[in-house]
Amino acid sequence: MIPLTYYLVLSAILFTMGALGVLIRRNALVIFMSVELMLNAANLAFVAFARQYNAFSGQLFVFFVMTVAAAEVAVGLALIVAIFRVKHNIDVDQMSSLKG
Amino acid sequence: MNFVLPIFPEILLLALGVLILILDPFVKRDEARRPFLGWFTAAGLLVALTLSLLLARPAEPALVYGGMIRFDGLGFLFKMFFLFAAAVTALFFMDEEKLARRAEAYLLLVAATLGMSLMASAADLVMLYLSIETASIPLYVLAGFMKEDDKSIEAGFKYMLFGAMASAVLLYGFSLAYGFTGETGLYALALHFGDFNLLAAGVTFLVLAGLAFKVSAFPFHFWAPDVYQGAPTPVAGFLSTASKAAGFAVLMRLFTAVFPAVNADWSLILAILATLTMTVGNLIALAQKNVKRLLAYSSISHAGYALIGVVAFSQLGMTSVAFYLIAYVLTNLLAFGVVAIVGRVTGSDEFSAYNGLSRRNAPLALAMLVAFLSLAGMPPFVGFIAKFYVFLAAVNSNWVWLAFVGVLNSIVGLYYYLNVLKYVYLFRMEGEDEEKHPVPVSRPVAAAVVVLAVGILLLGTLFGPWFGFAEQAAATLF
Repeated sequence: MIPLTYYLVLSAILFTMGALGVLIRRNALVIFMSVELMLNAANLAFVAFARQYNAFSGQLFVFFVMTVAAAEVAVGLALIVAIFRVKHNIDVDQMSSLKG
Repeated sequence: MNFVLPIFPEILLLALGVLILILDPFVKRDEARRPFLGWFTAAGLLVALTLSLLLARPAEPALVYGGMIRFDGLGFLFKMFFLFAAAVTALFFMDEEKLARRAEAYLLLVAATLGMSLMASAADLVMLYLSIETASIPLYVLAGFMKEDDKSIEAGFKYMLFGAMASAVLLYGFSLAYGFTGETGLYALALHFGDFNLLAAGVTFLVLAGLAFKVSAFPFHFWAPDVYQGAPTPVAGFLSTASKAAGFAVLMRLFTAVFPAVNADWSLILAILATLTMTVGNLIALAQKNVKRLLAYSSISHAGYALIGVVAFSQLGMTSVAFYLIAYVLTNLLAFGVVAIVGRVTGSDEFSAYNGLSRRNAPLALAMLVAFLSLAGMPPFVGFIAKFYVFLAAVNSNWVWLAFVGVLNSIVGLYYYLNVLKYVYLFRMEGEDEEKHPVPVSRPVAAAVVVLAVGILLLGTLFGPWFGFAEQAAATLF
């Protein structure tokens, strides 16, 4: 059996990669994927802990998170499409009409 | 019947949302019937408010639905205020052409209110996460609702991006909290939390970061000005009031249920956050020339004032936060309402658009005076009482320096609020006769403005019973 620590380290790495991706990348779609990576890091931790405790509550949590992530992606992609229609670009550095 | 009482307001909200969708095709064909949707939503929310007050008041605090929800006074008080704020916002929607014609806008408003209501009473990590997302996702869509307007779309996108990231951080914190305790219920979790000091500190940090975004506290406040400026004004008003109050409801519950087990250092960190939130918000607000951005920075500083009461961490402290949020919801809704009216007529939110407003529409200028003086914390308006109790709670819990910082910040705030009023009352429109440029106010918006202005005066003068409600509600937390 693979020890819990391995899962947690992988989850921490995924989370850090996701967070760095959100902060560094400039393409809206890639940023969005990075956010998904962060959510999945949390999911992995939940599942690993659920196995450790032999309890279902962690697995259950993951189902809800996946549902919410799908809803978030639907809204996010809709907004990206709307932005592309107006600006013909999804580079976040170009989104600077709000300033002051 | 007892089985449905804890989520009675939410059931009514869901029914209202479905009714709005059913009604939509019937009013779509006839242009004259469109305003009906707005009135229907506002009336429905007020009916839900009245019915809940009559039927579904909590008795003793109790965990229900397998520990998912805590049916107590604090959650109930917040729910009633969310319903009220949503009803007023629905009336403001009716004036914004693009929002008023779409049933979706009202439906999203109701859905967000549903999420916030659950946030106020959630007592389990699963419920908490789901309710926060239920409140947030409709608000992302509402912020970007004007899809031909690049500012609105940009505001919606920025809000969604920062919001999704904040909720991912929050979720990671939740997963670790679950991992160290094996529990998802907040109150069960609290029992184990003290055993892991370093890990608990990490979890608290992640959760605090996620919630700081929700209440737009420093250093997670940077999204607020852009989003408030770009979003349709009534939506910005709802974001800055109800959404922020919901974040505070969660913060208060977490702090009384879980974090006491950690240790006292968190109060100090929170006190520093409160100081920075107030100071940064107020100082940047001084430099603004756009009223919506000014109100955004002012709303950041108000999150700081409310945090003072959380830091005080006493029964008086929690009471003062609840009362502060009630006051702030009333006041800021009115401020954004007036800005929406002026913005629609003049097409601009710059200070110069407010020149001579007192001659163009005297009652509207008076409403703006009431809102801004209440935000500044002047008696006899409710803002004064609210600030007074927050500072009192801080002094009573030996946070004298924090109260002092709060008072100094209020003085800075007074300057920029009065600066806007200078444009309204002293400046004239250049080379124009103001009488020829009236600012008309439609009937639903006038009703909302009058209700809010009367509320601000009423709570500011006869605050005793209202403070009593907040006190009873806060007592159920401990």
